[in-house]
Amino acid sequence: MSHKKTNLLKSVYERYPNLSLLWGLFALTLVMFSISLPGKFFTLSNFSSIAFQLPEMGILTLAMAITMLSGGINLSIIATANLSGIVMATIMTQLTEGPQGWIIALAIGAGLGASVIVGLVNGIIVAFIGVSPILATLGTMTLVNGISILTTKGYVISGLPEEMQFFGNEAVLGIPVPFIIFILLAIAIGFWLKKMPSGMSNYLIGSNETATRYSGVNTKSVLLKTYMLSGLLSGIAAIIMISRFNSARAGYAESYLLITVLASVFGGVDPNGGFGKVGGLVLSLFILQMVSSGLNLLGVSSFLAVTLWGVLLIGIMIVQKYQKRQVA
Amino acid sequence: MSKITKRNEFYLALVILALVLLLTFTTDQFMTLGNLLELFTSYSFLGIMSAGMLVVLISGGIDLSFTATATISQYIMSTVIIEHGGNLFLAFLIGAVIGVALGCVNGLLIHFIKKHPLIITIATLNIYKGLLMYFTKGKWIYNFPLWFSKPHDIFIFENSQGDIFPISLSLFLFFILFIILAFILQYTKIGRKVYALGGNREAARRMGFNIFGLTLFVYGFMGLLAGIGSVSHALIVQTVAPNAIIGKELDVIAAVVLGGASLQGGSGTVLGTFLGVALVAIISNAVILMGIPSYWYEILLGTIIVISVSITAYNNKKNMQREAEIDVA
Amino acid sequence: MEDSPSYALKLKNINKHYGGVHALKAVDFDVQTGEIHCLVGENGSGKSTLIKIISGAESPDHASEIFIKGKQYRALSPIISVEAGIQVIYQDLSLFPNLSVFENIAISEYGEKRASLVNRRRMREKAQQAMNKINVKLNPDKLVRELSIADKQVVAITRAIATNAQVIIMDEPTASLSKHEIDELLKLIINLQKKGFTIVFVSHKLDEIMSISQRVTVLRDGDKIGTYQAQELDERKIEMLMTGREFDLNQSTDKKITQKTVIEVRQLSKRKNYKDISFRVNEGEILGITGLIGSGRTEVALSLFGMNKPDSGEILLEGKAVQFKTNYQAIQAGISYVPEDRLSEGLILPQPISTNIIVPILDRMVNKMRIFIKEDVKTVVDNWVKDIGIKTKNPENAVKTLSGGNQQKVVLAKWLATKPKLLILDNPTVGVDIAAKNSIYEIIRQLAKEKLAIILISDEVPEVYRNCDRILIMHRGRIKEEVKASEISEKVLNEKVIGGVVSV
Repeated sequence: MSHKKTNLLKSVYERYPNLSLLWGLFALTLVMFSISLPGKFFTLSNFSSIAFQLPEMGILTLAMAITMLSGGINLSIIATANLSGIVMATIMTQLTEGPQGWIIALAIGAGLGASVIVGLVNGIIVAFIGVSPILATLGTMTLVNGISILTTKGYVISGLPEEMQFFGNEAVLGIPVPFIIFILLAIAIGFWLKKMPSGMSNYLIGSNETATRYSGVNTKSVLLKTYMLSGLLSGIAAIIMISRFNSARAGYAESYLLITVLASVFGGVDPNGGFGKVGGLVLSLFILQMVSSGLNLLGVSSFLAVTLWGVLLIGIMIVQKYQKRQVA
Repeated sequence: MSKITKRNEFYLALVILALVLLLTFTTDQFMTLGNLLELFTSYSFLGIMSAGMLVVLISGGIDLSFTATATISQYIMSTVIIEHGGNLFLAFLIGAVIGVALGCVNGLLIHFIKKHPLIITIATLNIYKGLLMYFTKGKWIYNFPLWFSKPHDIFIFENSQGDIFPISLSLFLFFILFIILAFILQYTKIGRKVYALGGNREAARRMGFNIFGLTLFVYGFMGLLAGIGSVSHALIVQTVAPNAIIGKELDVIAAVVLGGASLQGGSGTVLGTFLGVALVAIISNAVILMGIPSYWYEILLGTIIVISVSITAYNNKKNMQREAEIDVA
Repeated sequence: MEDSPSYALKLKNINKHYGGVHALKAVDFDVQTGEIHCLVGENGSGKSTLIKIISGAESPDHASEIFIKGKQYRALSPIISVEAGIQVIYQDLSLFPNLSVFENIAISEYGEKRASLVNRRRMREKAQQAMNKINVKLNPDKLVRELSIADKQVVAITRAIATNAQVIIMDEPTASLSKHEIDELLKLIINLQKKGFTIVFVSHKLDEIMSISQRVTVLRDGDKIGTYQAQELDERKIEMLMTGREFDLNQSTDKKITQKTVIEVRQLSKRKNYKDISFRVNEGEILGITGLIGSGRTEVALSLFGMNKPDSGEILLEGKAVQFKTNYQAIQAGISYVPEDRLSEGLILPQPISTNIIVPILDRMVNKMRIFIKEDVKTVVDNWVKDIGIKTKNPENAVKTLSGGNQQKVVLAKWLATKPKLLILDNPTVGVDIAAKNSIYEIIRQLAKEKLAIILISDEVPEVYRNCDRILIMHRGRIKEEVKASEISEKVLNEKVIGGVVSV
């Protein structure tokens, strides 16, 4: 019986080495903090606070990860989110007359529209002009930041309608709204990648764009979709961001940019493209967030969490290297 | 002639020349020694970092952690000279040693983990940054000793009107380091091996080049310049703050890429990088001098980056098509 | 332990184990000073391992003996091997594209620790001397990136000369060269021999081996089959020694070509690509297109496949004029194209076999909501893995885990899964073993019997001669001649193809 069990574990590990590793780390983090913080870590309020904090970075990580799967990167996600948030906030604060619900809907629609346009521009530069994604999005990042600064003159736009609190700070049936949004998006992206032609093509382009093109896949259109989707996700992150900050500004959350790359790779996204699962990303985000909140509860400076994230990434890369050698 | 027009530096120089002419004729202040000296002094830090980044890019790598390295060097250097005293030489020495050490950590990890340097240095950036914030608690430092806060001018010259023009140590370092780097890349074996490594890594290995040594050199050199540059930065601004440099990683990469270095490795020149830095500096100066609201600076810079990388990509595409042409009988 | 000094290189009783694999089994191998010696064998026969041992990259098992110019070594290291005058030129040439010709040739200067500064003048002289020694002329200041593949080859050889190599080992030097470039290379090698250099040529292309070498050593499955005088061998005999089997090398017969035309091309032209191309292919027919690299064959094929828009002319598929904007449209219309470069264009190596098979038909595997129907995917994949005989335990394994021949079968499966009317094959057997080659030929002939129209583009004259009904010879973008395979001999066909060069 127990022999059978270890065999099962072994075969699961061999089939999904990376996911197994992440589940192990997840369990380890959970157990360690629960033991060292009795009555503090394994509590509803702690998990609720994790569920409020995680979605913002989580959605941005999805935005980053889908471009990395296609063999690219999107350095403009934060800039896009800020621009999108500024568009939303501007409309909400300027249009004071009329039904509040419609104004918010209009504002969100316009903000998401702006984020998709940035994605479209990235997609055109990457897919049609053929610029390497890191340079293309480095350029658009600077450009979009500039537009944000220009429109706000560097000031904060605050005084958002009360109703906006819903997206960032409220809960439905005890589950934080932002968390619900994140989970729905994660499921949708996971579904797209696994079950739909353009999602699967996104992986294939990441492994070998030329061969994918020779196989009749319109790789340019797939890349365009990927970057537009990445823009859209940044825009959705912006809804939660402006709700939680209760304001919009150029330059919010800039430190998240490289963290989303870290979280993606930690979650199993191959930096060269072609491989990575949404399940891994979600686990990665949970582990990173638990480390951060656990250290916080332990009274250790939250800055050390950032250090530990870096150490975890280095650690997992070393383990992956060892795994590879085992296979070979 | 055809060879010159093929080079990226040529076009960059043309753009800069156009900007310089525009500024010279539309503003009185631009073409003055005082303005130019001040401009290049304030951009000396970006310049010194860019020199380090150039070497990393030529080798086919990338480094995003150097801003954290620079800030850590600044804090350690400042703490030592404030608490124990010292002199400028000691300050630079501390910066250099810390920089090289942290750079070599990158080199070690990149060589042994064998994953993309982008990812490794994002990891070390966070490690360094977290440690920095943990130990400094985010405190600013500005109570430098007098010998550190007085102006450090290498020499001063006067024009006929009696105006004084100082050449600061920071500006001097910027230029001297570029000249040294140009020499290393063109005339030393290790410099040429860095090019070889970026051109064909596998072949460099087969040639028996010491890849580990080269990797350490490249990232150590980046760290060295981050360390030296950070002390020079502290000399200019006279404060050390946790977020003064961190977050500027991509600005430096942008300047070097504008200067014609390729992220694929193997190409890039000191002259090009200098022009890239000069372009960024002149744009910022133009915005100020022409009275354009400063918000336009990023838009201009972003547009120039997008156009420049697009033209490069388009030309590469055209060249590939041309190579595939057949001389039809 | 004495040894005759007329041997540049002598290896005795070489054994090599990798884990449980016995890669070389008591192999004896010797090379005489000044000869051109060919080392042949299929992939996995042990020839790369042997080269690695000679170059010092790998050590042989205990009790192996190595003599270079009569001096005995227990094992070599890369440095010892180079100092003893042995240089290996790998298939990828190991050049630095971003450095100049003279830097590449004299690159070993950078490895020397005596001084840390570069002496460009000395490097330039060294490069020039090496070039003079073998009578080649290249602009020393040109970047290697800007050279043709053939010239890059010359730089690699000159670099070996510059390091005072006496024995030059070339690993598959002809793999990426055109016929014309191969001829140039062979001339250069003969020239090297005249200057007293010893050359070991590692190859699995057979015709070129015969033309220049004195002796041939054949390896199979880690065993040395024997060393033969080149005159004793012909292509057929080498094939047999390499594979241990005999193959049917006759022209294909019993064809059932129908009168129904599948594709017809009329006056197709594209600037700087090809001009006035007209031909037709019927059901069950195999049309060969041959000619040198740069003759426009691939460009015409890509035009049929919707990836290279022609300027003028007509393409008729089953009598109807078609204009494809993308290869997706071509695939939907029933045209498949197996690209020449299997590794970069044909397959997505890191991804599963199953995915590779369904890439061209992703759209046919979905329901109305554009969601994959799992069962359909499984059926298609399982059927094709079985039908075409891909040897794998699990179709979810990455394609890169397969052998070259099995990889090429995945490519065929993927294109046949689109249910094409016309199958275009562009050099389908490059880098494939003889055994796998023959099984691919069998598949192609079988497909023709099943009434598929096939265009077979190939560099190798024997390949088109044996498999095709009609053959187009292309030269500089035009069809130079059309011949019927049954009305001509292989030798005449070969002369017609090569003749294109002379008549320029």
